[in-house]
Parts: sequence; C-alpha cells; structure tokens
Amino acid sequence: MDITTLTSKKSLVWWVIILIIFILLAFVPLYAPGYAAILLISILMYVILTVSWVMFSGSTGYMSLAPAVFFGVGIYASAIIGGKLPFPIVVGIGGLASFCLALLVGALTLRLRGIYFAIFTFGLVMLMAHSLLFWELHVTGTRGRFVIVMGYNTIYYYLLGIFVLLLLTAYLINRSRFGLALQSIGQEEDAAAHTGVNVTMLKVTTFAISAFFMGAAGAVMATKWTYIDPFIAFNPFYSFMPVVMAIFGGMGQLFGPIIGAVILTYLEEFLITKFAELYMLIFGTILVIAILYLPDGLVGLIQKMWNRYSERKHADT
Amino acid sequence: MLEVSNIDTFYGKIQALWGVSLKIDEAEIVALVGANGAGKTTLLNTISGLLRPASGSVEFLDKRIDGLKSHAIVELGMSHIPEGRGLFADMSVRENLEMGAYTKRVWKHKQEILDKVYQLFPILKARQGQLARTLSGGEQQMVAIGRGLMSRPRLCIIDEPSSGLAPLMVDEMFSIIQGLRDQGIAIFLIEQNVQQTLEIADRAYVLENGRVTLEGESKKLLEEELIRKAYLGL
Repeated sequence: MDITTLTSKKSLVWWVIILIIFILLAFVPLYAPGYAAILLISILMYVILTVSWVMFSGSTGYMSLAPAVFFGVGIYASAIIGGKLPFPIVVGIGGLASFCLALLVGALTLRLRGIYFAIFTFGLVMLMAHSLLFWELHVTGTRGRFVIVMGYNTIYYYLLGIFVLLLLTAYLINRSRFGLALQSIGQEEDAAAHTGVNVTMLKVTTFAISAFFMGAAGAVMATKWTYIDPFIAFNPFYSFMPVVMAIFGGMGQLFGPIIGAVILTYLEEFLITKFAELYMLIFGTILVIAILYLPDGLVGLIQKMWNRYSERKHADT
Repeated sequence: MLEVSNIDTFYGKIQALWGVSLKIDEAEIVALVGANGAGKTTLLNTISGLLRPASGSVEFLDKRIDGLKSHAIVELGMSHIPEGRGLFADMSVRENLEMGAYTKRVWKHKQEILDKVYQLFPILKARQGQLARTLSGGEQQMVAIGRGLMSRPRLCIIDEPSSGLAPLMVDEMFSIIQGLRDQGIAIFLIEQNVQQTLEIADRAYVLENGRVTLEGESKKLLEEELIRKAYLGL
C-alpha cells in the first residue's frame, strides 16, 4: 500500500508540473517577442511529428519513413479546402485523410518486416510527390497552390491544441493493454499473436492514429507557408527528422522524443542564423556523435547518470 | 475438448501433415512425441491458428476453430506456450505475465490471476521488475508457462518445456505440469524427452513423417517395442 500512495503522490507532482508547463505555453505568444512564436511553431511541429512517429514506430520497431506522406496529405487538404470550410474542420479533414490513407497503406504493407517496410514507406513519399505533380501539371494545369494565411499566434494555438490531444492519446495508449501489446509486437511478434493480440489490427490502427496527428499538423502548417507545391508538401526531410529526433532524445519514455525534438529544432534554428554556411556540417556532426555515443538517447544518458549518482549516495550511507 | 480430424497441412507445396487425427479430453495430459522434423510444431501451429489445414477440421469446445485467427482461439480458452519460450526479452517479468492476460475476457482479472501465478512460481514475484532477458533458463521457462496460464486456459499447449534446462529443473517443470492437470487444465505436451513425458502423460501420440503412427495410453506405449527401440534406445 505504501508503494501505491508513494507512486500516486509522485505522479501527482508530475501532473502538476505538466499542467504548469502547458499554462506557460498557452501564455507565451502574449508576452514573448514575435520571433519566439515562429520558433515555437517550428518546435511544436517537430514535436508533434516526432511523438506521433514514436507512438507507432518506437514501440513496434517498424521503422516508418512515411511521416512526410501523412504530413503532406494534411498540407494538401488545407490547400484544397482551406477557406471553404471553418478552419477546425479543415484540420480535422487533414487528419482524417491521413488516417484513411494510413489504414489503406498499413493494411497492404504491414506484413512487410524490417528494412522492407522502411523502404516501402520511403518510396511512398516519392510516389505521392511525383504522382501529385503529374496531376497538377496535366489536370489542374498549375504546379503549386496558394493557401489561406493565418496569424502566427493562431497557428501556434492550433499546434498546441493538437499537441495536447496527441499527448493525451499517447498517454492513454501507453497505459492501456494496447500499449503493452504494441511493445510486445516490437519484441516478439509471433509470441504476441500467441498471447491473443490481434497483431494486424493493432498495428494498422496505431499506424493510422499516428498518421492522423501528422496530417492535422500538416493542415495547420500549410497556412504558414502560404504557397505549396508537391515537393514542398512531400519533402523527405519531414520523414527523416522525426526519426533522428526520436533517436537523439531516446525512445524509452514519452518525454524522450519531446526533448529530442525541442533541442534539435532549436539547434537547427540557432545554427542557421549563426553559421548559415556551416549549418548542415555542424548539425550532421552532432548527430553522428549522438548516435555513436548515446545509444539510448539523451534520456538514456540522464538515467544512467542519475543511477550512478543514487548508487553513490547509497554507497556513502 | 479438442478434436483434430484428419488434417493435411502444407508449407507451400510441401505437405507436412498427412491425415492427422487426435483427441484431448478435459483435465488430461496428452503427449505428442516424435523425432525432429516429424511435424510436431506444424501440428501445434495448425491447432493454434498460425497455420491453416488444407483439409480436415479442428474443433475446440465443440466449436470449429480451423480458419480462426490465433487471437480468437486464445479468447476461446486455449493457450500456446511456444518452443524457445518466445518471451518479450526487454520487458519486465511482470509485463510479460500481464501480456498473457491480454484478451478482453481476462484483462479485468489480471491482478487476481497474477497473484495465483506468483503463488505457483514465488521466484517470479521476487523478480517481477527484472527484464526477462536477465533470468536463468529455468526462470524464463516459468515466465513462459506463467504467461500461458494468465489467459485462464482450459487447454494449454506446451512445446518443449524441457529444452535447454538442467535435469533438476526438468523434473520440477514436469511436476508443475502435473499440478496444472490436477487443477483441471488439459495439457497437450510436446517433448523430445520421451521417457519422462510418457511417465507423466495419460495418453500419447507418436508422430512420424507427418503421420500418427502410434497412439494409446502412455503406460502401454512405454512397454511398446517400437518406442523402446526408436526413442528410448533400449
């Protein structure tokens, strides 16, 4: 009984901390200078992409390089119906379109394992970009499209809302038996089926839920760029960044990918403004070092240091 | 309780099972023995829904289950403890066990069942926070069996529980399996350790080249000339 009251007290502290962070985040645009909102928008965008990616790929071990597809579908949804419908509905449709596409793609391809799945999902990014370009050039007769414009603060609050929903969803999945089952699929897929997990169903559904959030984020981000074309929307960069950020932060806990996304986005912005020419070189070097020396990401490193510290404390007493 | 009638199973074009029939009643231990490559694991996978028979039928609790997916079969009350244990190596002992109670039917009762499994294997309670990969072979086998029991099965299929275990541990494993039978769980036991298996089983089937070549009460099979020569080396 002691343990349960202790953990509930501990988790209460965590809840309060999280609540305070979100209240602060909600007030940032009112007090911070204009540039902060732009930076926070980039950070939130990457945090959403990374956490959604980890929701499926982190636990099941299926390396998806499809974030750019679902993000891009959201962007195009916004470009096509933005302005014609109330914006919250546009965001919802962007998410739903990605959700449906992920159901279809997942049902067709989640039997592929390992490297085949990664390559297929990457091929999908290219396929989407090129077939859409073909369509735009030959059917609509344009290359790109204009998107309705919204203020940075509005974009920021939409992203914040999506992020809160995403965190809640990820938290609920992690706590339920489905979270455990997703992890077990990553460990031993056949054994997971033996214990009664409807493996295919669970994989496809989770893949689609994660795609929903990517699509919703895309629908919001489109309004920041005002002009898009197939290669802006379906940019493979948005497939690689979530993977890199998740690995950098560490995938063991929910906050690992968040920390990874925040730090790397900030680093990217910082390097672009200070060392415009060397930015990719420095960024790449940091990533190589991180992957070589931080096998469990930043969170893994912090945990290791914490363990060492508490061991020493125990050794002293 | 389980009735397999005349099944043929193929791996691609190669036929692995030829007209196999067998029956398991409530609360009995039925053994399946046979050499490597005789088709034992194929038969198990056909029963538990990972493979489909090309012809013939499998009935469990008077319900046809060939063609059902494995998760649906688990839901009906059959659990399959695979060879090589198939543990979730980087998950804790407790999480491994909880996964056994994944089906909707039993998830609500997982704490209660978990306590029972801990009673059966006290060492697992002491190790509940450890990752499964850090356990000894015997403890891992206990986790595998414990996980199989978490779904509250009526029938438990256990594939090679003695593989890779020290002799003393093998004895313990067999007495645990007998204990399960005494609690009313039917056991379908697949083993290469023919002598000991036949000693604890009520009935047994011998599988050779994908066909059932002998069946009967274990006591009688132990006397059988063919078994003594081929499997016991006597």
